[in-house]
Amino acid sequence: MKFALLNIILALIAAPLLSGIINRVKAMFAGRKGQPLFQLYYDLHKLLKKSAVFSPATTFFFWAGPLTGFAVLAGALLIVPQAQGKAFIQFPGDIILFIYLFGLMRFFTVVSAMDTGSSFEGMGASREIQFAVFAEPALFLGLVTLARKTANLSLSGIYSSFSWHDSTVLILVSAAFFIIFLAENSRLPVDDPNTHLELTMIHEVMVLDHSGPDLAVIFYSASLKLWILGSLVIGAIMPIYTGKIIFDELIFLSGMAVLSIVVGIVESCMARLKLLKVPQFLIVGFALAIIALILQIM
Amino acid sequence: MVINILITFLLITNIGVVASGRLTYCIRVVAVQGIVIGILPCLIYGKLALLPIVIAAFTIAVKGIIFPLLLGWSLKTAQVEREVEPLVSYPFSIIISVLIFALSFWLSFHLSLPESFCVSLLVPVAFSTIMTGLFVIVSRVKALTQVLGYLVMENGIYAFGAALLREQPLLVELGVLLDMFVAVFVMGIAIFHISREFDHIDTHILDNLSDRIPADIRTTEET
Repeated sequence: MKFALLNIILALIAAPLLSGIINRVKAMFAGRKGQPLFQLYYDLHKLLKKSAVFSPATTFFFWAGPLTGFAVLAGALLIVPQAQGKAFIQFPGDIILFIYLFGLMRFFTVVSAMDTGSSFEGMGASREIQFAVFAEPALFLGLVTLARKTANLSLSGIYSSFSWHDSTVLILVSAAFFIIFLAENSRLPVDDPNTHLELTMIHEVMVLDHSGPDLAVIFYSASLKLWILGSLVIGAIMPIYTGKIIFDELIFLSGMAVLSIVVGIVESCMARLKLLKVPQFLIVGFALAIIALILQIM
Repeated sequence: MVINILITFLLITNIGVVASGRLTYCIRVVAVQGIVIGILPCLIYGKLALLPIVIAAFTIAVKGIIFPLLLGWSLKTAQVEREVEPLVSYPFSIIISVLIFALSFWLSFHLSLPESFCVSLLVPVAFSTIMTGLFVIVSRVKALTQVLGYLVMENGIYAFGAALLREQPLLVELGVLLDMFVAVFVMGIAIFHISREFDHIDTHILDNLSDRIPADIRTTEET
């Protein structure tokens, strides 16, 4: 219990560091010096000191969007298993809660984007929903496969009872999770969070009108999402638990660091996909999850 | 355990071949598949011996290095456009490859195979590789992708044969490899010559190669 609490505090503190690592790796690949590792912390600090500007056209939903997103992710952080495969809260069926929490967050982000009345943000919202149609079933099928494999219905139960005995399903599911991880966090083959190009932007376009503390909350939520989905991937790829708290924590944290380095390498080596090709990329993740399920059931 | 990981990679490369839209990427995926297939006999044989190592080295050299170089060369010299041009759309192809996998799994359960097929996962994955190769041959327009489909199909047959390695003599395996080497060599050169003669390697237009003059051309000549 105490250990799970430690995990949550660590996640809340260290989550913005991941994007710092990713940016560093990308800078090294491009031969630049790059931003400082803690750049996102400085940005958050700067944004929190400012005041937000609201357009008179907006309503309740506009400021509810970022706050709901953060609340939902804090809830997801309580049930997601981190080091040692244990979460703060666990009950049978929390995999469904986990997926629907992300659904709720997406709904509020989209609604707050549509609330501005800008056609530009509506475009981003429609893209976000279009890609979610492919990403969500893949995540769901992957989790169902793992639930079936371990005969457990809670995330903690699933993630603490892995072994490398039957590695095939684990490899397929973690490959599917990695694709979802890239798509959901608007990472490069799907979406580039650093550029502002109208033709292809998806996630950034939805938060263009947010400012000040709201924007800070959005950035912070994005890094928490990176952490939460990343811990799903890491838990599936390296189910190594020694039983000693310090070692497990170190293994988990180094896994997260390696994951963000891998993301940085992927982002440096790949170009962004054509918008029409993105569903194809996501369907590959879906196909991997289905194949894992077939393997598990047969 | 390591065998299972390799077989999973084989499965993932199958999806990669079907899902990739660029010929260079497609060739690279098939090369990776060839290397994975090449390592397989070493692991199935169990202990280190001369026979599986010779087979593995030969297979990796031919399927992982020579074929991709040859295909890349004919891609460059035949000045093919680098798009795959599928007859079936990519998302639908991926779904079909999943169906193929389910079918081959079902099939391998209903076959009564001898006991020597020690790795249970190898048989369905080999089947699905064979069928994926067939699907690539049927559903893609370019002649080069059909060579790739042929290679994938051969990889599947090879993987199926690898399960039988202990009973199968080395000579048969090497003979099959040599056959395929000649076939791909001929195909690579043929593609080059076809494209030089006819400006394209689109198999649809190759249908028109016949003595009979097509009706539309005849009418234009009369006018």
